[in-house]
Amino acid sequence: MNKFLLIGSITVASVLMSFTITQPNLPASMQRGKKVYDTYCLTCHQMDGAGVPRMNPPLIKTTYVLGDKKKLINIILKGFNESVEINGDYFDNPMPAQPQLTDVQIADVLTYVRNSFGNRASMVTVVEVKTERTKLKKK
Amino acid sequence: MQRIFSVFILMCCYVLTACAQTVNTSNPVSLKLPAGFTATVVADKLGRARHIAVNSNGDVYVKLERLKDGKGIIRLRDTNGDGVADEQFAFGNYGGTGIAISNGYLYASSDNDVFRYKFNAKNEIENADAPERIVKDLLNKRQHASKSITLDGKGFIYVNIGAPSNACQEQDRTAGSPGQMPCPILATAGGIWQFKIDKLDQTYGDGVRYATGLRNVVGLDWNTTANELYVTQHGRDQLNTLHPALFNDAQNAELPAEEFFIAKKGMDFGWPYCYYDGIQKKKVQSPEYGGDGKKEGDCGTKEQPLVAFPAHWGPNALLFYNGDKFGTKYKNGAFIAFHGSWNRAPLKQGGFNVVFVPMKDGKPNGDYEIFADDFAGGEENLTPSKAKHRPCGLAMGADGSIYISDDQGGTVWKIVYTGK
Ligand code: HEC
Repeated sequence: MNKFLLIGSITVASVLMSFTITQPNLPASMQRGKKVYDTYCLTCHQMDGAGVPRMNPPLIKTTYVLGDKKKLINIILKGFNESVEINGDYFDNPMPAQPQLTDVQIADVLTYVRNSFGNRASMVTVVEVKTERTKLKKK
Repeated sequence: MQRIFSVFILMCCYVLTACAQTVNTSNPVSLKLPAGFTATVVADKLGRARHIAVNSNGDVYVKLERLKDGKGIIRLRDTNGDGVADEQFAFGNYGGTGIAISNGYLYASSDNDVFRYKFNAKNEIENADAPERIVKDLLNKRQHASKSITLDGKGFIYVNIGAPSNACQEQDRTAGSPGQMPCPILATAGGIWQFKIDKLDQTYGDGVRYATGLRNVVGLDWNTTANELYVTQHGRDQLNTLHPALFNDAQNAELPAEEFFIAKKGMDFGWPYCYYDGIQKKKVQSPEYGGDGKKEGDCGTKEQPLVAFPAHWGPNALLFYNGDKFGTKYKNGAFIAFHGSWNRAPLKQGGFNVVFVPMKDGKPNGDYEIFADDFAGGEENLTPSKAKHRPCGLAMGADGSIYISDDQGGTVWKIVYTGK
């Protein structure tokens, strides 16, 4: 038992360490991201990220929020209006595309969402957003 | 081994308490009611209990938005008269919102179709597995797809077809996207359609667009004193986020009003071109159509509300009380169930209550008041995701009581007057 605990805590510690080492700008990005969230997302996804039952989905530990960052970036760039199950439910509103947000704003807001409301995941970088936007333009 | 066993026991305890907690949190809250009224929980944890209808023998029919154990309608029966349902019977293989009883038939809707079932002389449904489909293929684009229904008792059924849109912009809910002129949605949605009750498989060509310019009506009822249809509309969202130069968060939280209308044949209520400003007390032009919060355009020619309610509360059910058991004050008045807001954020949310509007000869006759409150279960739960209950349906029993359904906790209450 103890051995497992030890290995477990070492893993957790090292993950946390690598997190802080590779993410030096996290606090700054989070702060800016909150402002973007409050202006462009809060109305639908709500103050606590819990959304509105059956209308607007929660942003709490969903496969979209914690999963593939490319897909996540594209939800902001292209919007989202599909009948899919999110955390066990379906949501009827459409999410508008918000391509007018800058690469920095999108990186910040997604970093904020991925590290708020009980979520913890790596930052979304400006380069990652830029790459997805360029791909869309080429299409 | 022993250690592992005790860990196992510990885990079991944890799981058990976790379960016990979930049961606790979905327990019905105690509703705030006027003196002399009491509420009994008829049933709870039914799932997404949308609209309800009560038969002459006291059976309560509940329409579920999403199937529960494969069924979309639940009949609640109270066999010993204590107000609590002791029998449940489920049928119907479709989810939806609308349900109504009229002249020996039960009517129920999916988000596309309307069905009906026949009662036999013993008030049992004859064709639970084979209803007649009277209306089919109505517009369903997910947003505002629920099809609320009511009947006039004279051969017609009225079906709401909500607009799959907020304000008929080219790109829905997208800042900077212009309003479409004319709004093409109004041809097949954004209004009330009238169909015959006894003709199978009717669709758009067979029905009449009875009233238009209604963004989304969830509550509607036929008023037998006025002999007219009345409806409650969900007003538009997001004036602030779509038009930040014109509206701030505080203004959006109070605009536009939720509206209660009489809906006579041929009336136009103005959506998407106009909205009702409850502070200026008039209809003004939508910003997607050239409005600036003040300009009226031709909005004065659109139908005005009988009563304007606080913005975004979400009127999901309307019931005219023609019973005798609540006293003269309530006779022929209107109860309206408010689902509770989301678009008032970041300001405090509102609604999550049932309101009463005193009425005489089909017209409001005094200010509205909150009749039943605290469905959310305390101030701290006053958000759409945390609220324990969200009022969604209303019906009157033959004994003069009223029933309230909730699509969050799945509770149905029976309200009786026991005062003098
Ligand atoms: C007009 C309301 C609205 C706004 C504004 C909005 N969203 Fe959404 N969002 C939705 C809806 C509705 C869906 C689900 C759409 C579906 O199921 O088809 C969604 C889906 C998502 C998803 C994927 C599903 C999930 O829950 O994980 C993410 C991530 C997301 N939104 C993030 C954001 C962010 C970040 C912003 C602000 C930049 C934002 N949204 C603004 C309504 C909105």
